[in-house]
Amino acid sequence: MSGDPYRLTVNGRPVEVFDGHPGESLLFVLRERLGLPGSKNACEEGECGSCSVRLDGDLVCSCLVLAAAAADRQVVTVEGLADTDDGAGPLADVQRAFVEAGAVQCGFCTPGLLMAVDALLCDEPDPGELTVREAISGNLCRCTGYGRILEAVDKAATMRREARS
Amino acid sequence: MTIARTLDDACAALAADPTATVLAGGTDLMVQVNRGDRIISNVVAIDRIPELRGWTREGDFLEIGAGMTYAEMADPGFAALVPALGQAARTVGSPQIRATGTIGGNLATASPAGDMLPVLVALDAVVELRSSNGRRHLPLDEFVVGVKANALTAGELIVTVRVPVLHGPQEFMKVGPRNAMVISVASLALVVDPAGRTVRVGLGSVAPVPLRATEAEVMIGGRIDWDGGGPPTTGDVDRFGQLVADAARPIDDHRGTAAYRRHVVGVMAQRTLVRAFGMVGEAAA
Repeated sequence: MSGDPYRLTVNGRPVEVFDGHPGESLLFVLRERLGLPGSKNACEEGECGSCSVRLDGDLVCSCLVLAAAAADRQVVTVEGLADTDDGAGPLADVQRAFVEAGAVQCGFCTPGLLMAVDALLCDEPDPGELTVREAISGNLCRCTGYGRILEAVDKAATMRREARS
Repeated sequence: MTIARTLDDACAALAADPTATVLAGGTDLMVQVNRGDRIISNVVAIDRIPELRGWTREGDFLEIGAGMTYAEMADPGFAALVPALGQAARTVGSPQIRATGTIGGNLATASPAGDMLPVLVALDAVVELRSSNGRRHLPLDEFVVGVKANALTAGELIVTVRVPVLHGPQEFMKVGPRNAMVISVASLALVVDPAGRTVRVGLGSVAPVPLRATEAEVMIGGRIDWDGGGPPTTGDVDRFGQLVADAARPIDDHRGTAAYRRHVVGVMAQRTLVRAFGMVGEAAA
């Protein structure tokens, strides 16, 4: 059984989803129907944050969003952070900061963390460490121990402030 | 799939198909769907209904829309009016969960570990339910009736939660294996009603439903120096903790033992009381 078609705006582009199944998540639709595998699928219960996207501006776990219920909403995925349509570069400030700080190890948590850090810096251009830790508390990394991720957040915050001044 | 735009739309959709699944933030429902524990076909999404969003104040009561998110409840403007609810909301999940999960969803799921529930039971909250047949109001202890069981009947929606503004200190605490992303092993809300000269205590995760620690409330209410404002004695604090621990009806499960839960609600009771009233030998908070 498939549901009615519905529209989403993903990274600024209108898309239409046909033949969706009633219970499928936004994460599934992004990865399997729209060819956007940047958002990662790990826990499927909102614990790990690796599927984080912006939905009408809010940072959410796309695994917990019923895709059809997001009809007509604006979705931004990690592919939408960079300046080009296909996400192939040039890299956004948060992406450059993660590379430069060595905050990427296996890389699985990175897309979700990039989305969380980008959301944080949109609200708080100069966040303190506690604010940063709370902002990324929903994104699990099992490789790095978070030290270099925290460095990357500082670096990204500096880049963004300097770009604005 | 119905994306309801008004409360009447949602009630009509549920009247047409009382078996439809109601979707608010999705943070509980989608976990079950993703696991394959729950098959959904017809869904009524209620997250775009303006009547369910936000809150209003009428005198010394707040009408909290069922669609109010944890992030909105943690916002300082709201949290200043119902501090324990703001504190509890801030401890739920992660920023991602708090952006979408709602107070109505916490009530509908009715988990013993629902973090809003001990606060709402301490506040004597009243839940308003609506269906195409009309509306009714239930006090929290009549709404949550068991483990993940509530008084909602087919076709009914949670619309608002009514809580008082009490003008006294409030504290929420919970215990879990770490700070963030934690399901409560035990939780406690303490609210002070200076006008009514009562201290009210709600307990979570220590019984099938949120509990009040009535004996402890009566004891400490009679010992507080309501006019002078001095702190309770250490003997009173100890006795209060013991009575709160006695009120718990915990079980052993994968998150903790009954004995630990009973102990820890006693400790949280003492700490919240001291935070609210100060300690002997120091000025009241």
